[in-house]
Order: sequence, then structure tokens, then C-alpha cells
Amino acid sequence: MEVALTFVVAALYGVSFYLLMSKHIIRMLLGVVLLSNAVNLSIFVNGRLTTMAPPLIPNNVDVPVDPISNPLPQALVLTAIVIAFSFFAFLLVLSYRAYQQLDTDDTDEMRVAEPEGEGLPPLGY
Amino acid sequence: MATQDLAALKAEAMTPVPVEAMDYLIVLPVVLCFLFGAAMLMMRKRVDLHPFVAIPGLVLLLAVDLGLLWRVYTGGTVTMMMGGWLPPFGIAFTVDLMGALFLTAAGVVALACGIYASASVDRIERRYGFFPFLFMMMGGVSGAFVTGDIFNLYVWFEVLLIGSFGLMVLGSRDEQLDGATKYCFLNLVGTTFFLIATGYLYGLFGTLNMADIAQKAAAMENTAPLFTLVALYFVSFAMKAAAFPLNSWLPASYHTPRFVTSALFAGLLTKVGVYAAIRVMLMLFPPERAELSGVIAWVAALTMLVGGLGALAQSDLRRLLNYMVIAGIGTILVGLSLPDLAPGTAEGPLTVGMSGAIYYALHSIVVMTALYLAAGVAAHLTGSSSLHHMGGLWRHNPLFAALVLMLLFAVSGLPPFSGFWPKVFLVRASIGADMPWLAATVLFSGFLLTIASARVFALGFWRPLPAAMAAGSEDERKQIVKENFSAAGPEKAFSLVPLLLLTGFVVAAGVWPEWLLAMTDTAATGVIDPSGYIGSVFGGRP
Repeated sequence: MEVALTFVVAALYGVSFYLLMSKHIIRMLLGVVLLSNAVNLSIFVNGRLTTMAPPLIPNNVDVPVDPISNPLPQALVLTAIVIAFSFFAFLLVLSYRAYQQLDTDDTDEMRVAEPEGEGLPPLGY
Repeated sequence: MATQDLAALKAEAMTPVPVEAMDYLIVLPVVLCFLFGAAMLMMRKRVDLHPFVAIPGLVLLLAVDLGLLWRVYTGGTVTMMMGGWLPPFGIAFTVDLMGALFLTAAGVVALACGIYASASVDRIERRYGFFPFLFMMMGGVSGAFVTGDIFNLYVWFEVLLIGSFGLMVLGSRDEQLDGATKYCFLNLVGTTFFLIATGYLYGLFGTLNMADIAQKAAAMENTAPLFTLVALYFVSFAMKAAAFPLNSWLPASYHTPRFVTSALFAGLLTKVGVYAAIRVMLMLFPPERAELSGVIAWVAALTMLVGGLGALAQSDLRRLLNYMVIAGIGTILVGLSLPDLAPGTAEGPLTVGMSGAIYYALHSIVVMTALYLAAGVAAHLTGSSSLHHMGGLWRHNPLFAALVLMLLFAVSGLPPFSGFWPKVFLVRASIGADMPWLAATVLFSGFLLTIASARVFALGFWRPLPAAMAAGSEDERKQIVKENFSAAGPEKAFSLVPLLLLTGFVVAAGVWPEWLLAMTDTAATGVIDPSGYIGSVFGGRP
């Protein structure tokens, strides 16, 4: 199971890096989504995938009876999902607004902040 | 039977001892920021009151930071465990001297920017939440400096990032959206790398507490996976810190928002990346850092050169300063790239170099913020931040011009200001480590920055206003000068207060460096030999 998921994670990383290297923001956004999912899955695999029971404790005992699995990676993944989702929402709005205002989603053509052909600074006066 | 087990387990996992009142100082920087940020969000309809709440809030934050620095300096590293859970179960907030020094510098810079923003940020942008964003970002920055848990560090990175995104797009002019797009994507990917590395770290060690990791990593036998981890961490922190070759997002974005926002970012955000790099690479994984030190040295040297050459090529004052930030990052990384030749002594190149690097980072936080604020004042006075159009500032306001001259001397590393001493230490350490080429690069980059600074001062301050020089008659010339400088509003004097505050530090740290050097020496030794840090977290228990 771990081996299979490792390959899934590797494929997700590959696709997301490929998309992130695109010039078009919409593809980069898809790359960001895939990247966050790849990370979440890899944290999940890092917590070891076992068929052990979830950390449940019966009513009348104070400690778990059987060996239980580690719930911490799931807590980490949960945090990471929430953060990645909120950042993706922000990036989506930002990209849309940039597309509206700059009239392009091609990062090569976004040269408002760094105009081309500025020339040299004054070399004397 | 089961209940006895439980009692024994609890005794191992929790402490019944209540936290001392003084120890609440550790969480106060974070708590204050969120408290004031939230309060000012609620005051969104009374933006005229924002400065009167924000400045006392920032003064309080600085006071708490100073208190914490005093406590750490006199009593050593302090730790607070969340919920009284003993390490490695709970999240630890651990402040050592390096963290406290960075925290205090951040507090100083935030106060200076808060004062400047009160004079310069207009009602509309206050209404959109300039000050709440400022406090949220400071909460993230303070959290990153105090936390002792690596996943928690990642979360603070995201907190400060979302605050900085808000500040970045405030105003939504075209070039801001352009710069913000690049800034946001690159920084998000950088922190995602951090998260990947942290996920694998947890898979290897099963703990996220930094003190615990430091112990376990030192005892680990098969260290091959650690090397990958450290390389991954270096990529992510270099991206945050804008080190070559991952630096291009910084010159694309830092000159687009308001001057005060640029100042805050230039002072704090890249230095959080550097801080995290020192903390994780040097404190947690010293042997792997030593293996990588050749790569780090090249990255540092190229970052310094890119910064220096880039600064020479710019005609806009703020874009020139962008490259000076990058050159500063390279200089700090020099300290991280030195080999540990004499472990355990205070004379080895690593100890000397790290002391210089921490000193330089503090200097860079203060001086870069001051320079961006000064650029804001200059652009406000002359109506332009382009070196083609600026001029006449020396005659118009000699006090301001003198302050800027001191800051430019400091950023170039010339005596007697704060940039000089750390460079002396870094050069001495690189020569001691038998890396003369690195020492030469530090000096050469300082030379390039001196030329760029001289150009800024000669063109922007020393020469008469170009528009006035082109005028036909004497009367016309006087008229142009008068009209140009009449744009200076009543807040002019007020915006000099933060500059005076920051330049005061630059002079004090340059003329009397001993007090700061004593602290950075202790901070560097504390990071290189983390036994004090580990002892503070575990409190003498195994």
C-alpha cells in the first residue's frame, strides 16, 4: 500500500511541477492545487499506513486496549489542507483580478512592475 | 491496573506545576499582535482612531520584546509548554538569545513602520485594513521567532505570509497586482517545500519538537535521508530569503506596494527565512550543514554579487534598494557556510562568523527598513523615486539628507556605522576558514554597494533639482524648486521620527558595538551548541 501511494505521490509532484513551470497563471493555479494534494498525501504516507485500529477507548477503561494507530499525521494533514485551501482561494481571486486589470494571464507579458527597456541609470550630471 | 497506568503515563506527559507569571512573556508578543489586530478590525468604521490604538500597541509589543530579551540575556533560554504537556508531546515555545534578538529587532522595525504609516497611509487603505494586516503579519513574524516546534514554525510562516499578501495588494494598482502575483506564487511554493521537508522529518523522527529532533539527529546512525531533508530545507528557506538563484521574485515585487509596506517586508520577511535556515540547518543538523557548506558558500557569494551588480543597474530608488536587500542576504549566508574547525571553542571560524551573521541580520533588518522609509520621504518630497528626476534634497532638508547618508554608509559596510563590524567578523572568519575568495567577495560586494550608494546620494541629494537646472532664468528656477517642494505635507516632520529612531540604532551599534557583540556571541554559541536550548525544553529530564 505504501509503495503504491508513493508512486501516486511522485506522479502528483511531477504533474504539479510541470504545471507550475507554465507561463499561464491558470495552469500554475492547477499546479498549486496538485502540489498541496501531493504534500498532504506524502505526509499521510510518512505517518505509516497500517491497518491498526483508530485511537478509540471503550467506556469503562482509561487506556486503549489494543495497539492503536498514530493520529498525529492526520492532524498535520488537516492543518495543511485548511491552509492550502485558504491560500488557493486567495490566489484564485488575485489571479482573476490581475487578469481583469492587466488583461493577460501570461506571466511573460506581465511587465507592469518591471517595464522592459528601461535603460541605464543616470551616469553623471 | 488501568488507572495506575494512566497516572504513571500522565506523570510522564504532563506537568502539574503552574506556569510562572514571568514566563507568560513568551506568548505575549503573539497574543498582543492578534489582540490588537482583532480590535482594530472591529474599529473599521473609526479609521481616524487607528493610529492612536496602533502606536501604543506597537510600543507595548516592543516593551514585551525587550522584557523577553532581558530575561533571556540574564537567565538563559526560556521555554513554555502549551497546555502543560511535557515535551515532546505539547507544542513548545522556546526563546533563546538568537530568537529574542530577532524578535526585538522586529519590534523596533514594526514600531517605526507604524509611526510612519500613521502619517502616510490614507483613510481608504486604513478602511481596507492596513493596521490589522500589519498586526497579523507581526503576529506571524513574532510566532516564527519564539516557536520551538517545527510544524508550528511552518504554520507561523503561513500566518505571516497571508498578512503580507493582504498588505501587498492593498491599493490594487496594476503594478501591485503584477508584483503580488509573482510574490504570492513563489512564496507559497517555498513554504510548501518547507511542509514537504517537515512531513518527511516527522516520518523519520516521529517528533516535531526542535530540541527533541536535535537530540535524535545527533544520535542517528544512518544519516543519508537527513542529507536530502537538509537540502530540501535549504531550498525552501533560500526561496523565502531570496538567495540566488531563487531571488527573482523579490526585485519583481518589493517596489510595488506602499513605501511603508516595502520597508516592513524588506526588514522582516527575508530575515525570517534566514532565521529559519540558521535554526534548522545549523542547530538541528550540524553535520549535514557542514557537508552542504560548499554549496552554501557559492550561493552566498553569488547572492552578494547579484545584489551588488543589480543595485548598480537600477535607476529607480526602490528597485535599487531591492537589490541591496539581496546583497545583505548573501552576506548573512556567509556565516552559515563556514566549517566548524574548532568545535566547542569561541575562536573557531564558525562561531565568529555566525556571531557576525546574526549581527549583520539585525543591522540589515533595521537599516533596510530605514532606507525604504527614507526613500518614501524622498519620493514624497521630490515627487519621484527615479534617479533621473530626483535632486536638491540636501539643500532642502539637510537633517534628512544627513540621516540618509549615514544609512547609506551603513548599508555599504563603511565605518563607523553598524554594517562595518559584522563584515569585519565575516571576513576574519572566512580567512580563518581558509576561504579567501569568500572574504574577497564580501569586500567586493561592499565595494559595489558603495558605488550604488554614492550614486544615490550624488544624484538624489547632492545635485540640484534637474527640472530646476534646465530652467532658463534664476526666477524660474526658484519658482520650480518652490513648487516642487511645496508638495511636502504637514506630516513631513512626523515621518522623520522613525528615521531618527532607526538611525540612532545604526550609530549606536556602529560606534559602541561591544554590547551587541556580547549578545550575538552568546547567541551564536547557543545555536552551534544547543545544549542550553535542549536543557531548557526538557528541564533536565531525559
